[in-house]
Amino acid sequence: MALLEVKDMTQYFGGLCAVTDFSVTFAGGELMGLIGPNGAGKTTVFNLISGFYQPSCGDIVFKGTNTRGLKPNKVTGLGIARTFQNIRLWFDMSVLDNILVSQYYHLGYSLWDCFARSKRYLRREAEMRAWAMEILEALDLAQFADELPGNLPYGIQRRVEIARALSTKPDLLMLDEPAAGLNSSDVEGLIKLIAWIHKEFKLSIWMIEHQMDVVMSLCTWIKVIDFGATIAEGTPKEIRENPVVIKAYLGDDAI
Amino acid sequence: MKQYTIPALLALLLAVLVFVSMTGAMNVYWQSVLMFMGINIILSSSLNIINGNMGEFSCGHAGFMAVGAYVSSVLSVLLFAEGSVFGQALLPPHLAVFLFPFVLVAGGVAAALVGLLVAVPSFRTRGDYLAIITIAAAYIVKSTIENINAIGGARGFMGMSKVTAAMNTTAELPWMVIWVFLGTVFSVWLIRRFIFSTLGNGVNAVCQDEIAAEIMSVNTNQVKMTAFMVSCGLAGIAGALFAHVLGYVNPGSFTILKSTEVMVMVYLGGMGSLSGSVLSAILITLLMEALRPLQIIKWIVIPLLLVLLMQFRPEGIMGNRELSDIFPGLKKFYRLKG
Amino acid sequence: MLQSFIQNIFNALQWGSFYSLIALGYCLVYGVLLLINFAHGDIFMVGAYIAFYVCMLFLGKFGIIPGMPGWLVLALAVPLTMMLTAVVGVTLERVAYRPLRRKGVNRLYVVITALMCGLILEHANLALLGASRRSFPTLIPTTVYNIAGVNITNIKMGVILVAILAFFFLRFVVVKTKIGMAMRAISYDRFAVPLMGIPADSVIVFTFVLGSGFAGLAGLLFAVTYPVLDPYMGALIGWKAFIAAVVGGIGSIRGAFAGGFLLGFVEIMVVAFFPSTLRDLIAFTILLLILSVKPTGLFGVARRTKI
Repeated sequence: MALLEVKDMTQYFGGLCAVTDFSVTFAGGELMGLIGPNGAGKTTVFNLISGFYQPSCGDIVFKGTNTRGLKPNKVTGLGIARTFQNIRLWFDMSVLDNILVSQYYHLGYSLWDCFARSKRYLRREAEMRAWAMEILEALDLAQFADELPGNLPYGIQRRVEIARALSTKPDLLMLDEPAAGLNSSDVEGLIKLIAWIHKEFKLSIWMIEHQMDVVMSLCTWIKVIDFGATIAEGTPKEIRENPVVIKAYLGDDAI
Repeated sequence: MKQYTIPALLALLLAVLVFVSMTGAMNVYWQSVLMFMGINIILSSSLNIINGNMGEFSCGHAGFMAVGAYVSSVLSVLLFAEGSVFGQALLPPHLAVFLFPFVLVAGGVAAALVGLLVAVPSFRTRGDYLAIITIAAAYIVKSTIENINAIGGARGFMGMSKVTAAMNTTAELPWMVIWVFLGTVFSVWLIRRFIFSTLGNGVNAVCQDEIAAEIMSVNTNQVKMTAFMVSCGLAGIAGALFAHVLGYVNPGSFTILKSTEVMVMVYLGGMGSLSGSVLSAILITLLMEALRPLQIIKWIVIPLLLVLLMQFRPEGIMGNRELSDIFPGLKKFYRLKG
Repeated sequence: MLQSFIQNIFNALQWGSFYSLIALGYCLVYGVLLLINFAHGDIFMVGAYIAFYVCMLFLGKFGIIPGMPGWLVLALAVPLTMMLTAVVGVTLERVAYRPLRRKGVNRLYVVITALMCGLILEHANLALLGASRRSFPTLIPTTVYNIAGVNITNIKMGVILVAILAFFFLRFVVVKTKIGMAMRAISYDRFAVPLMGIPADSVIVFTFVLGSGFAGLAGLLFAVTYPVLDPYMGALIGWKAFIAAVVGGIGSIRGAFAGGFLLGFVEIMVVAFFPSTLRDLIAFTILLLILSVKPTGLFGVARRTKI
């Protein structure tokens, strides 16, 4: 059974077709890229799959479950996590709290346990805390656990967001422009980090990115979309040399 | 051992209050001021969950107070007091002391259920829209009560002083002082346990970025419902205590002015700060007493205070910090998490 | 039966006209600043009181000016009341809302300030003028026309006419004039507007002038129709007019107008069938139900969030 199977997903916003007949299959363990010019609909695809929008038509089947109609928190609970184009951390909570709250779906205790500080509450809180610290240490962020994200440099904030997504124990991690706004040395660090996460956590990673060095060095398969439609897909080498792709990005004169 | 300092201090405080009330060292006026202070603490800290931690704008807290007040009053008069509305008391008076907490809780549960009226619309709307929904809900509650003539309608409902008298048959103690004290401590304790947990942190996450919360596995509808029910339930308990302290309750006590009083306390204390809500409730209660002789001016001063607060110090006294953030030494005396 | 139905329709139109005029004011300010001006209902109340004093002055009741005929007083009162009420609204904006806008604080603080200013207006009135109600003088004798068994007074007709004219005027301003376009631009992006050379503050002041002016007009008309004034008259009507505006679709002039009349209909119909003490209760409940089914209101358009 495929991990994620998307078939002919289409999204209309009023009269505008933002995504047309998008299909993709993840068997599990891939590192795939999604590229295309600005406004092509890449983030919309992520929004559809994570459950933030409901597709006008098409099927999204994740681990055998059809996710149409499921609320985003349920989709995340099933095992799809994502980061955002603009960092959306909770800036008035510590880094550790950011990670802890993301485990809400698997909280494992009720309001009454919370009031009574029952054994179950204490055990679960300790377990969640331990897991959060484990993730932070793995991503070299343990020293920032009690800091407010707003006080941290941008590159660290990006890493915290990735850590937060990882803490939900996903099988599919969707990264929306993880390298946006990073300087070149941070980008190198990011490439190493993503490669390491892919190997260490044994999950599928799907990445939207504009910086070609990140995409080409990490991804084994790339899909290209423009104006909502898939215009090409293949290995990095194939995509680099594909005239349709070049035209979409650079215009006719470049050919 | 240090962890037991606070419960020990509270027990001592209760003993002192009971003693001065019984011996008459503290007159009835100051007793009632202290009781209103306790009730205001419950109101302010419960509204803080919604307006402070969750960042919503609920202007109808008085409505939930009214529900709690009426439900508990009707219940306690039915059970323990003899009167023209319900006839003979259903239960013997010496049970009053033992069953009164259940009466309070009943008021709280009723208020929590009515809180669903406001929680459900909050799933889809936010901010200003929710403000009018809360105002409308509070108005609907008040209007409904006014139209139920069986419990007095606009004229009000009384008989709770007989319930208090019934409690005295078990032991001659200042029972309402004790109940208000216990209710206040209970509410603050409950809120603290809720807010300082990962479950409660979900409320903060919904406030700061609801979309991110939704996508990061937080069940935002459940969070909102929980927060509203806890907040409204405690407001109901405050209302129940209020009704029994006065011995008489009427819908006119639960208008937008009452909701405004509570809002002033929340914003003065600092949105999201539990210690702030407690402190400001104490301050505002004293301020209201000081302004009592200037009836109408009071209602210009209080809103003006809030306006000035918004202009010059919108974060209130404590911002979103707690006392233990300002005085780290206090952290020894209680655990914040767990 | 049909007669009483048509009678009720006219009553509803007239009753709804007040809500519409007030709702239009809320809508304008919300459309521009995305701010619920909770003090608006009390500005309506202030307008009614201003109208009272203006009319008393011109009727010679203060002995400063010799009395004038009723129709002339009304003709003078309309622009004067609108202007003076507009001054009150603008003062509120300058003193309370603008400093907060300058600081760029959370919108919530401005909303709270608005709510508090409303309360201050009510209680300042109570403190300054006392609790006794004022009785508005009769300016024009009421003429009742009986058309096919339906009683319509000249005042009722006048109110409905004014409301309809106000709607067309405001719609013209917002849709067809440059300043109207500026108003709409500010609602989309308040920070970009000054960068484009548009004086945002002036546009905002203009919005308050319009909104408060029409609230003043509503106050005057209300006082003419129901000649008893008290300081709390604005609060409840204000809440209801606002909810009506939201049900119609706030930010849309059509919506506010429709919402106001809808509420008028609901209330008159409710009173026709239920005891009048239930009127507000049922009106609020129906409005809440509509809002829970369609949160953006009947004519409103949801603004999509992008992430």
